[in-house]
Amino acid sequence: MYKQGIYKIVSNSRIAKSVYKMVLEGDTQYVTAPGQFVNIELEGKFLRRPISVCDYDERAITIIYKVVGAGTEQMSHMAEGEELDVLTGLGNGFDTSKAGERNLLVGGGVGVPPMYNLAKTLKAAGRQVSVVMGFNAEDEIFYAEEFKALGVDVYVATADGSVGTKGFVTDVIREKALQYDYFFTCGPLPMLKALYDATGEIGGQLSFEERMGCGFGACMGCSCQTKYGTKRICKDGPVLLKEEVIW
Amino acid sequence: MAERVTDTRVVLSGVELDNPVIAASGTFVYGEEFKDFYDINILGAFSFKGTTREPRFGNPTPRIAECESGMINAVGLQNPGVDAVIEHEIPNMRKFYHKPIVANVSGFSLDDYAYTCERLDPYADILEVNVSCPNVRHGGMSFGTQPESAAEVTRAVKAVTTKPVYIKLSPNVTDIVSIAKACEEAGADGLCLINTLLGMRIDVARRRPVIANKMGGFSGRAIFPVAVRMVWQVAQACRIPIMGCGGVATATDVIEMMMAGATAVQVGAENLRNPYACKEIIEALPAEMERLGIDRLSDTIGIVK
Repeated sequence: MYKQGIYKIVSNSRIAKSVYKMVLEGDTQYVTAPGQFVNIELEGKFLRRPISVCDYDERAITIIYKVVGAGTEQMSHMAEGEELDVLTGLGNGFDTSKAGERNLLVGGGVGVPPMYNLAKTLKAAGRQVSVVMGFNAEDEIFYAEEFKALGVDVYVATADGSVGTKGFVTDVIREKALQYDYFFTCGPLPMLKALYDATGEIGGQLSFEERMGCGFGACMGCSCQTKYGTKRICKDGPVLLKEEVIW
Repeated sequence: MAERVTDTRVVLSGVELDNPVIAASGTFVYGEEFKDFYDINILGAFSFKGTTREPRFGNPTPRIAECESGMINAVGLQNPGVDAVIEHEIPNMRKFYHKPIVANVSGFSLDDYAYTCERLDPYADILEVNVSCPNVRHGGMSFGTQPESAAEVTRAVKAVTTKPVYIKLSPNVTDIVSIAKACEEAGADGLCLINTLLGMRIDVARRRPVIANKMGGFSGRAIFPVAVRMVWQVAQACRIPIMGCGGVATATDVIEMMMAGATAVQVGAENLRNPYACKEIIEALPAEMERLGIDRLSDTIGIVK
């Protein structure tokens, strides 16, 4: 179930290179699972901007977004107290009922944010959680401390080796010989594919990104083919089970 | 002072609509996605997702590109095929929607059009035959770009149904009036215009088209003046009713389109940016009619000559 509402910006600040954190106050009852996203109307823009939910509680939704174009640039200049028209409760989100005992959460770049509420939810359910975060360089890293504060193990990989393991998320997993019986991931397509291959027989869930029109399943703009038939990334995804993914 | 009663009803080839607002095909799927936002029975009607004989995935992604006051799509007629539409989509739709259905049909041959229309005939109040989708190579586009082929599709469909047949026309032609007249002469009960304008965007950083299929259909507010112009031109030349479509976003747009000659008005891309678009337009109509001194909306159809 999804809904449109007006949300007040409580804070909007830069937390890493081109990356911003925005807290939106308003009705959060339609956000029901980690890994869902919101779709934000911006003045002067025809289509809304889909952004994954980093965290949510009874009164606010936290999103983390990267400035990649005119829309997100416009968002980065918005001030506390301004209001936004937002669709919430979009996407299926991660199915935490399928989680294992030892869960590996892997986020790449702005694929990291949805891992935050997921880690929180899994910890609250008494599951073991290890988080692997991949970035290009030190100045792009965000939320490592916030994850540590949840009491989960945090591993960082940077492509230039400025922090943590030099290389990709799969390099950290190999180097640290991380043990897990289930995984969750969100990030760029090559990372998802590398992780899919590296996880062998172990099951998991992957959150995909695609250029969207509406964000609620009406335009069929973001469809993909899966072993379980055609799915819309926005409505039937963005999270797909490993077993259904077709590369 | 007594409140004036505004009458928003219109009639399309014998099909009575509470108001002229119809959600346009391809922007409303089979209604399911909108029923959580509002009760879609307030619509005059809705035109469901373009249906073909066989299931189609459509074009590769990305197939959406944003534009100034609009968007380009190259979805390419994704749909589950007529069998699944009859077996699953229509029964599901009828659980929450009880108003008239416009069944939108596409095809790749005369036989396809006739077959799919014949199958959908029992469920449709109006058949809307798309001869204008710009996304399908060797397909829809070719039928809608020549008067004779558009007439052939019209005759093929008319032969298999007793329901009103509306031909949905492409704006990507030299002379839309000649095609409209050919459809009318071939027995079309009405026309729907316009479909999307062929467009393209380039990602200048990556030096390649934004859309995988390179080109797509441009829709949204930006195309409204083109749609009004074409509806007006066709209305001057044809006697059959027109569903006006293209860039409609407000109650005022609906009235403008009707004054140009439309009996009913479709709302398309606006649904994708504002899921409440049709609801807001329908609710705003009475006040807008009052402001413009209109008692009966149907009186405004084609009043601009």
